[in-house]
Amino acid sequence: MSHDTSAPTIEAVGLRKRFGEVEALAGLDLVAEPGRVLAVLGPNGAGKTTFVRTLATLVRPDAGELRVAGVDALRHPERVRRAIGLAGQYAAVEQAMTGRENLRMVARLFGHDRRRARAVADAVIERLGLAEAGDRLVRTYSGGMRRRLDLGASLVGAPRLLLLDEPTTGLDPRSRNELWDAIRALVATGTDVLLTTQYLDEADQLAHRIVIVDHGRVIADGTPGELKSLAGRDVVEVRARRADDLPALAAALAPLGAGEPRTDTATSRVAVPVETGRAAVAAAVRVLDDIDVEVDDIGLRRPTLDEVFLTLTGRPAEAADEPAETDTRGEQDELVASR
Amino acid sequence: MSTTTVPTTVTAVATAPAAAIEPPAGPPGPVATALTVAGRSVRRFVRTPQLLVVSTTTGAMFLLLFRYVFGGAVETGGIAYVDFLVPGYLVTSVLFTGSEAATGVAEDMEQGVTDRFRSLPVSRAAVVVGRVLAEWLLLTLGLVVTAAIGVAVGFRPDGTALEVAAAFGLCSLFGFAALWLFALIGLTAGNVQAAQGMSLMVFPLSFVSSAYVPVDSMPGWLQAVAEHQPVTVVTDAVRSLALGDPAAAGLDGSTAGSVGLALAWTAGLVAVFAPLAVQRYRRP
Repeated sequence: MSHDTSAPTIEAVGLRKRFGEVEALAGLDLVAEPGRVLAVLGPNGAGKTTFVRTLATLVRPDAGELRVAGVDALRHPERVRRAIGLAGQYAAVEQAMTGRENLRMVARLFGHDRRRARAVADAVIERLGLAEAGDRLVRTYSGGMRRRLDLGASLVGAPRLLLLDEPTTGLDPRSRNELWDAIRALVATGTDVLLTTQYLDEADQLAHRIVIVDHGRVIADGTPGELKSLAGRDVVEVRARRADDLPALAAALAPLGAGEPRTDTATSRVAVPVETGRAAVAAAVRVLDDIDVEVDDIGLRRPTLDEVFLTLTGRPAEAADEPAETDTRGEQDELVASR
Repeated sequence: MSTTTVPTTVTAVATAPAAAIEPPAGPPGPVATALTVAGRSVRRFVRTPQLLVVSTTTGAMFLLLFRYVFGGAVETGGIAYVDFLVPGYLVTSVLFTGSEAATGVAEDMEQGVTDRFRSLPVSRAAVVVGRVLAEWLLLTLGLVVTAAIGVAVGFRPDGTALEVAAAFGLCSLFGFAALWLFALIGLTAGNVQAAQGMSLMVFPLSFVSSAYVPVDSMPGWLQAVAEHQPVTVVTDAVRSLALGDPAAAGLDGSTAGSVGLALAWTAGLVAVFAPLAVQRYRRP
């Protein structure tokens, strides 16, 4: 079996899929070049999962064209299945088997003979840092370990394209970091990855290229940096000492901005998009002199993907459960430290 | 012991240097696929003690209830109730075991296991066949246990060894047929709760039959239903074989005739539900 390795990993043209009233894919176009990690970013219900399931030949689109690893996925889904590995939103592993047994089983189903399946399972379990737990039943694993094993199961067939559907949803930050490391290591070995996520920082961390999907369509496409500059301007961000002061702070900063100030009560911050960068920070400092609000921090930074999403869709990405401490907000340009 | 290069810029990755994995030569054949899938189901059962204990004790409990609580009130003509009951009990037990298979199949759909299998380069029909064969093996082992409990509470088949073996085989075959129906239910339901709900049809099917009480004790309209459904047909055949006498089983015809009818029902169920289940699984 030979795949054309220079062909795009994914070529989707006008994909449409309707489930009853819901149009999950509404003419989705996407071309993914080999050798890159592509993140498909969007809120719940944007069509991400349907898109991944379509790539994995689990859903047949109503209309459109789809080539995966150079193979026409609508005409030859069985050939696509040889080229992909899928890790879904759940840890689809057998709890009553050991980690190694799980990987051997899937390796057999990819077509390895018994001996090779054993060797491949050992190699993958080692690579994922699960070697020590490899002979324990999966029901003794933590959630993060199960997800890593699930990732491993999608790898034993040496797929050309790995499809990860919200791989870290529901994981605690530490497990998420471990899984990110595992994914990064994979990418280093040359596996192409498409991952979907609701987490903006996840896309930012892992992907070379981000596609933002909303209502079954691609609404933006670019590198993380390009997408951040889509929001077009810098952001002045001020952190109040007391949350009670946030409304007053937002009102005072509003005239400086080129857009509405955004208040994040969880972190006691007000962010306002500005056109003029550093000058705006100086202006903000002057404004704050005139009002009776204690401020911990003033900074100028690039917009986050969160703000890009807001700009593009007019509503926030539904990732409110994302702890703000996982601080991956752009280049934090600390001009003025605490006063 | 000095290393010349220390990759300090690389973030701590809990992974070993990755040797590239060779892709497999080609997809697996249907037999290897079915055996691999079956191996998982068998392991799952063997290594989940709760399953073993729960299925055995519920089986034993209901057998004891019927034998010692209801049995005294049931008039079964010339034969002891325990001899009447155990053949019917074995036949209906495959339905209850089968409904657990429906739950298991639905659970796989709920938890993404089915998606994983469907995304692999395997024959989807072989996946379903492997699953059903594994469930069939487990169901047959369950029949052995139930039959042994039956003997322990006083069941004494009067048929020849061959007839008794045939009676057992017929129970097992009927179980095979039922498993296709339950596989279809599990795949159609798609989640555990719905599968359990749909499996409730096992109750009318079991009780409105000749399995636990003679059909002629029911009101006329219900007799019509009971007499023409597969559980009764198979129960009559199994009872006739096990007791070595169709008359003792309350049958007018011959044992061979009732066995023929039971086999026809069994084959018919497989012919209808196996293709439907496979079709359902393959459907993208």
